[in-house]
Amino acid sequence: MIVLEKRPQPSKAWSYATPLVAVLATMVFGGILFAILGKNPIQAIGTIFWEPLFGEFAFYYRPQLLVKGAPLVLIAIGLSLGFRAGIWNIGAEGQYIMGAIFGAAAGLAFYPLDAFYVFPIMVIAGAFGGWLWAAIPAFLKVRFGTNEILVSLMLVYVAEQMLASVSLGLLKNPEGFGFPGSRNLQSYESAHNAELIVGSGMHWGVVSALIAVIFAYVLLNRHMLGFHIRLTGEAPRAAKFAGVNPARLILFCLGMSGALAGLAGMFEVSGPSGQVSIDFNVGYGFTAIIVAFLGRLHPVGILLAGGLMALTYIGGEIAQSQLGLPAAAIQVFQGMLLFFLLAFDLLTNYRIRAARKEVA
Amino acid sequence: MDLGEINPVLLVASLMVAATPLLLAAIGELVVEKAGVLNLGVEGMMIVGAISGFAISVETGSPWLGFIAAAIGGAVLSLLFVLLTQFALANQVASGLALTLFGLGFSALMGQSYVGVKPPSMGDIHIPLLSDIPVIGPILFQHDPILYLGIALVAAVWATLKYTRVGLILRAVGENHDAAHALGYKVIKIRILAILFGGACAGLGGAYISLIRVPQWTEGMTAGVGWIALALVVFASWKPWRALLGAYLFGGITVLQLNLQAAGVAIPVEYLAMSPYIITILVLVILSADKSSAPASLGRIFHASH
Repeated sequence: MIVLEKRPQPSKAWSYATPLVAVLATMVFGGILFAILGKNPIQAIGTIFWEPLFGEFAFYYRPQLLVKGAPLVLIAIGLSLGFRAGIWNIGAEGQYIMGAIFGAAAGLAFYPLDAFYVFPIMVIAGAFGGWLWAAIPAFLKVRFGTNEILVSLMLVYVAEQMLASVSLGLLKNPEGFGFPGSRNLQSYESAHNAELIVGSGMHWGVVSALIAVIFAYVLLNRHMLGFHIRLTGEAPRAAKFAGVNPARLILFCLGMSGALAGLAGMFEVSGPSGQVSIDFNVGYGFTAIIVAFLGRLHPVGILLAGGLMALTYIGGEIAQSQLGLPAAAIQVFQGMLLFFLLAFDLLTNYRIRAARKEVA
Repeated sequence: MDLGEINPVLLVASLMVAATPLLLAAIGELVVEKAGVLNLGVEGMMIVGAISGFAISVETGSPWLGFIAAAIGGAVLSLLFVLLTQFALANQVASGLALTLFGLGFSALMGQSYVGVKPPSMGDIHIPLLSDIPVIGPILFQHDPILYLGIALVAAVWATLKYTRVGLILRAVGENHDAAHALGYKVIKIRILAILFGGACAGLGGAYISLIRVPQWTEGMTAGVGWIALALVVFASWKPWRALLGAYLFGGITVLQLNLQAAGVAIPVEYLAMSPYIITILVLVILSADKSSAPASLGRIFHASH
């Protein structure tokens, strides 16, 4: 008989080890999946994890790592604050879209004005758009006790329709020959979120992601609000007695994660993507949930997890073109990662013991 | 714009079809939540059910086998949720999300060769005499068998929860798992069975979309129905018949907005398409004031220390 014994304190060693074990397990089972799909598993795993970093064309893929990782980290940092306090914002995808729409709209409103203040205004507008979209579930939860999980998720579908609406109407490029989608912001200098160092992949979104990591670290470790967030998650009753204001916490955590997701969307639309279009969003808001958990809801962990997840995106694309691995296989791969992580987390909180049958 | 083109009889009849996937998924989740487990993976189980049902019915030519496969597919995916939450004692919210993310990817992978394929049709039952009644006949008595199965499931769940010992034990486990454990009930075993039932129901609901409602396979075709089903359970205050009512209400909104789109109402298509989601939010807001009927142990992890 195997029994689980709750540890008095979560194991520090296992809490660091589980993400690594989960990644290894995902590689093994992902390899089996790729083998079933008729691909050489070792070659496939190698392509995904090795090629982007050290392969022949690594000079091209390495900057992509920053481009793909930045939105993931930015969104996941925001989500982790709420997740820590048991506030579940799973609608980051919608907030990402709204940030992009607001940011792009602010920039396009100035078109073709050439001024230094256009981009900062877009940044503020993007953060505001995301914040606004997350403030809806936050307000409804505080005022009416509505479930924030369902509301934030429903708003993703609403945001997707908004995106379709503005790319076909309000923000459609007047010189776009009737094609859907806005003007390309990459060709509008003042609004373009260009690479800060050419060829490095480093744009303002990457900088913001790094700032967000530092900000979250300081908040959680050195600030009363961060302490309240952690306390609410770990000991809700104690938090109540300590006088934590739950309404304030909900408004802050959801608002903050919305604003960060909005920023991510804005940096994406004004940089790598360039325009508001119907298929602008690619699921970063959902993948960021995996990133947040994989990073153990810890800012530094999220930074590493974001890098790893960006690697699977890029490696997945390479495997797609070189080995003909289906795009969905990578999605399964990422899903598996979350599974194994949650499963192995058992070892952090519990000890597995072989128990003898007790004699009455 | 020509609202006269909307045929009220057809509208109500198609409302029932639109409501059935929601109803199937919601009644399954209702049982799961009654047992004190919150499985947010409904969307994932539905989409896996949709593709398993689709694939099997295309391969075998039998929609019936397809639906059986869909139920099995949904249940197998929910088994992963069982492993995570009942054995690895993982957080239920996170595990449910994992199920949905994994299910969406997995179904896309399985469904690659089925895009654009037409599934075998199930055919409607024409109940003699009853289906010939004007107005009521086409609305109530000319549907496919799964639609009636959905309604029968609601009745069965209602009767089981209310009148049987099994139902009583299930509710006890959901209300207070420690007390149920102390009384000698196998909390984990009961919850596993409830989760598997929920998975099978969600799978059926998914297959209803891919085999009857649409009928074809496209990636991510459940488009949030699983999440609306979760909202529906809250809407229904965990009561089966209210879930039926709610499903028809949402089905009605979906069908109505589609009809308005087709009729060319002056409202842009996108705003009509977002209406079911916005109405879901509004309903949640109106009903969230009363939480008294929620099972008391909902979402809490059970670990017997001895």
